[in-house]
Amino acid sequence: MVTTYTTDRPIIAEFRDVHRHYMMGSNVVKALNGVSMQVRKGDYLAIMGRSGSGKSTMLNLLGCLDRPTDGAYLVGGRDVSRLDDDALSDVRGQEIGFIFQSFNLIPQLTVLENLEVPLFYQNRIGAESRAKAEYLAKRVGLGGRLEHRPLELSGGQQQRVAIARALMNDPLFLLADEATGNLDSNTELEILALLDELRAEGVTIVIVTHNQKVADRADRTLWLKDGQVEKLVDNRTGQVVDPLAADSAAVGGGA
Amino acid sequence: MIGEHMRTIRLGLKSLMLHKLRSALTTAGILFGVASVIAMLAVGEGASKEALDRFRDMGVTNILARSVKPPDNASSSSQSAFSALAYGLLYNEADLIASALPDATVVRVREMQRPLMRGEYFRTTIVVGTEPSFLEVTNMRVTEGRWLSHMDDQELCNYCVLGASLANTLFPLENPIGKTVLTGVDDRYVVIGVLEYQGRAAGPAGTTYDECMFIPISTSRRRFGEEVTTSSGGSFKRERIELHEIKAKLSDSAQVESGARILRDLLLEAHKQQNDVEITVPLELLKQEEASKRMFNIVLAVIASISLLVGGIGIMNVMLATVTERTREIGIRRALGAKRKHIIQQFLVEAGVLSALGGVVGVGLGMLVPIGIEYWFQQKTIILVPHVALAFGISAAVGVVFGIYPAWRAANMDPVEALRHE
Repeated sequence: MVTTYTTDRPIIAEFRDVHRHYMMGSNVVKALNGVSMQVRKGDYLAIMGRSGSGKSTMLNLLGCLDRPTDGAYLVGGRDVSRLDDDALSDVRGQEIGFIFQSFNLIPQLTVLENLEVPLFYQNRIGAESRAKAEYLAKRVGLGGRLEHRPLELSGGQQQRVAIARALMNDPLFLLADEATGNLDSNTELEILALLDELRAEGVTIVIVTHNQKVADRADRTLWLKDGQVEKLVDNRTGQVVDPLAADSAAVGGGA
Repeated sequence: MIGEHMRTIRLGLKSLMLHKLRSALTTAGILFGVASVIAMLAVGEGASKEALDRFRDMGVTNILARSVKPPDNASSSSQSAFSALAYGLLYNEADLIASALPDATVVRVREMQRPLMRGEYFRTTIVVGTEPSFLEVTNMRVTEGRWLSHMDDQELCNYCVLGASLANTLFPLENPIGKTVLTGVDDRYVVIGVLEYQGRAAGPAGTTYDECMFIPISTSRRRFGEEVTTSSGGSFKRERIELHEIKAKLSDSAQVESGARILRDLLLEAHKQQNDVEITVPLELLKQEEASKRMFNIVLAVIASISLLVGGIGIMNVMLATVTERTREIGIRRALGAKRKHIIQQFLVEAGVLSALGGVVGVGLGMLVPIGIEYWFQQKTIILVPHVALAFGISAAVGVVFGIYPAWRAANMDPVEALRHE
């Protein structure tokens, strides 16, 4: 909780002037229009904005579910904005841990099998994956539920499973989409506390939300408006910081 | 690698269990297709093998001319109360055939039904009067003693050779060679040989050669004459037949066609009036049977294709529904790193499992049906392993083929859209 934003940690995700335009009939919708930002290892970043601000588009791009029309997206220093479908699938499978609003567990699989899904697509199923699933299930407080089906669990428990699943592939960062949107306020607090704990252990978290309480847990909040960065706020000080200012300060030696 | 596939198959089973009834009904489509194909193949194979064996037993290079009793209306007009009804093949016709077919071996056959006795053992059977070359023409062998010789024929010897089953009936405990068999009041025959067991259908009407006793034809003619008296319903009927059958064995099967033509020209014209001779050409029957079997197989292949096509459409339908229902799951899997090929593989395996299940149960059912048919209809059936393997293989292939399009659709969904799907 005492971690502050510093620039001495490596950049693991970076947007460089990212555009994402859609064709709606004959109109061009500029969902994202020149966004630049950085996520460093150990960051806890919230992305906020009204509906239509480009939040969802940004989430899809961050999650490598979509490709920018223009600009570059670097994950772990590698530009992934022009990768083909298979390569992009590997980036998702190896570098990103998804947490969804509606948990998105696969109903016909047990908790254990759900946890193993990400490693299955990396051909890493075996004794090791099982041990890891057991460890992470215990870590999120569901050690005794490995053989249960998702529908036998409460919403909060399902989201814990989903968080454990997101950690299975040791991702560069967790990408959460309204992770507490389907939970009651008590459960919401539990889940947020779990994210805080993970963050304290060094896990990088990007959370897209429209809930101010959720965003306040993060170090910084990136506000989007009309497909552009409106402001980047340091939640600890409440001050607006230029998204790239810290970086340029580091590069320029504080000029 | 194996583990990964097992996991995919298990996953497929799990997903199918989500909709048990739907999966079962879809499987049934394939099941009945496979079962009916296997059952029909088994029945067809059995029936045609029976027919083919029967024709082969008659001898592929043989032509058989047989005396048949003329139809009743023809006989009643020509038959007075005391004169015998005369019909059938004549001795001189055998000579005519022999000279018309110089390469052929021609054998004359007379058949008389007689009671045979040996001590307390008794059996009414057919006494076949024939010539030495009978053995060669019918392709039979002697296991004990010897066969009838020309000398036996010329000397009108009271020698006989027994069919294997008859020898067992009359001599269950002793070696028949040299012993006598009694027929009628004081007609005795010395057994000089026993034939090898044939187990063939070929033989005089209603029996097989295994059940017959063989004596020289001249002995038969002398002892029994040409007239047969039968009593039925209190009145006597007398029939006069010189020969019951003439068998002609040609040197090879290429000669059969022309030989059959010559034989028909010779005999059918002469017997046109009474219509009392029937000519059987086993080779022709064999070819007909083979042609009809080919036809049967083609019809079967068409039926099988249609039923599997229907089953396949059922699978495709269900898989399309499944893909739509599980759009969300597809989105989740894609987000968690699944490539298109993984999604394709998942749904193809699911479709394959669905139809292979139908295949397995269908094979089981298809093998039970012929057993029932044999039991209730006394129809011989033969299940061939390649047929079973083929039916099962095709059923699994149907699933995969008809699963391709749904799987392709699943794999090409936009992950973002799929995740948003409710």
